Amino acid sequence: MAIHPHLVICEHCDAVFQRRKLAKGETASCTNCASILYRSEVINVHQRLALSVTAAIAFMIANTFPVVTINLHGLESHTTMWQAAMALGQGDAAPIAIPTAAVAVLVPMLQIAILIWVLLFARDGRRAPGFAHAMKLLGVLRPWSMVEVCMLGILVAVIKLSSLVQVYAGAGVFATAGLMVLMTLIAGRDVSQLWAVTGVGAAGGETQ
Amino acid sequence: MSDAGAASVVRAHEMGVVACHVCGAVCDVVTGTGPVASCPRCDNHLHRRRPDSIRRATAYLIAALILYIPANVFPVMYTTFLGSGFPSTILGGIIDFWRSGSYGIALVIFIASIAVPCVKFAILGLLLVTCQRNSAWARRERTRLYRLVELIGYWSFLDVLVVAIVASLVEFHALSETQPRVGILFFGAVVILTMLSAMSFDARLIWDDEKHE
Repeated sequence: MAIHPHLVICEHCDAVFQRRKLAKGETASCTNCASILYRSEVINVHQRLALSVTAAIAFMIANTFPVVTINLHGLESHTTMWQAAMALGQGDAAPIAIPTAAVAVLVPMLQIAILIWVLLFARDGRRAPGFAHAMKLLGVLRPWSMVEVCMLGILVAVIKLSSLVQVYAGAGVFATAGLMVLMTLIAGRDVSQLWAVTGVGAAGGETQ
Repeated sequence: MSDAGAASVVRAHEMGVVACHVCGAVCDVVTGTGPVASCPRCDNHLHRRRPDSIRRATAYLIAALILYIPANVFPVMYTTFLGSGFPSTILGGIIDFWRSGSYGIALVIFIASIAVPCVKFAILGLLLVTCQRNSAWARRERTRLYRLVELIGYWSFLDVLVVAIVASLVEFHALSETQPRVGILFFGAVVILTMLSAMSFDARLIWDDEKHE
């Protein structure tokens, strides 16, 4: 069974198109249903690796330092996204703590770790051990990564509490904002381009 | 093939190829329909269409619709302040913001917690019904609606995260405390189920003329 590297199929309507080299900033979309087929390379493998390492640092800061600190008559309280997810673990709503911890902390963490792993090898055009599984997992994780929703959640919580208590933004919130931007750059749909730029021996012919 | 108008588009089954839904590789079809061996590039099983797409998407959607009722009826949060406690529902929270003059924030929560789930129910319901009938009506527009659902889907998780942050911050024991309540469990389940419904649905069914399920 053969692969046709010069073809692309629209995932939303199954129309088949000839692949074409795109100029920077160009997007190829389906003439049938207007879905995006693929984009020109925004960042190359080396840049993606550099940004992934940056994301790892931002992630550590975002989850170590408090995102919000409140003060009620001299009593102080602060929280991180992990502690917030754990706070749901008390009482009748407890099961929701698991998906919350996943979407806010665990999924982004896994995404960054997997990206760094595959990119370290992709630098030399190689496929990391477990490459296929890693790429599949990245695809499964992508819709469940909610750093940007966390960011909005922090802002809403701050406004909600600001009428009752004194609220301070922690260092974690700035790191979360940075992480939000980095995640859209490194973990988007265009990660699948790694299939085309890596490969051993015969698979090397798969480059577009 | 590439730059021609919509009329001359060639579809994958006409060319005897199938797209791997994991790595996107365009592979030759070996057998007719159903699972057609595995992708030579990533070894994933190849399917012409996602298996049981409509049935799975419908099941998730119905489950989400049912849970949406307790999600709105039961309180999502319980706040005590100087001994007196009061529960708040999703809609109650929005009304509180509106009354206190925070119109912007009331609107953000309304969109994320009420508008987005309801729009998702409506669009997914419409797509499932029209695809079951093999309707040729407004295919382009229906595909666009599917993309909208994929795009807005996860923003509904906002309220769960807000309750989590507030509950973990306001823990001043006797003075003031906030606890999550069972409503937020139902609401979170609704968001997850609608996301699973959208993921199970295969948008290519919108464009198929022949019956699949």
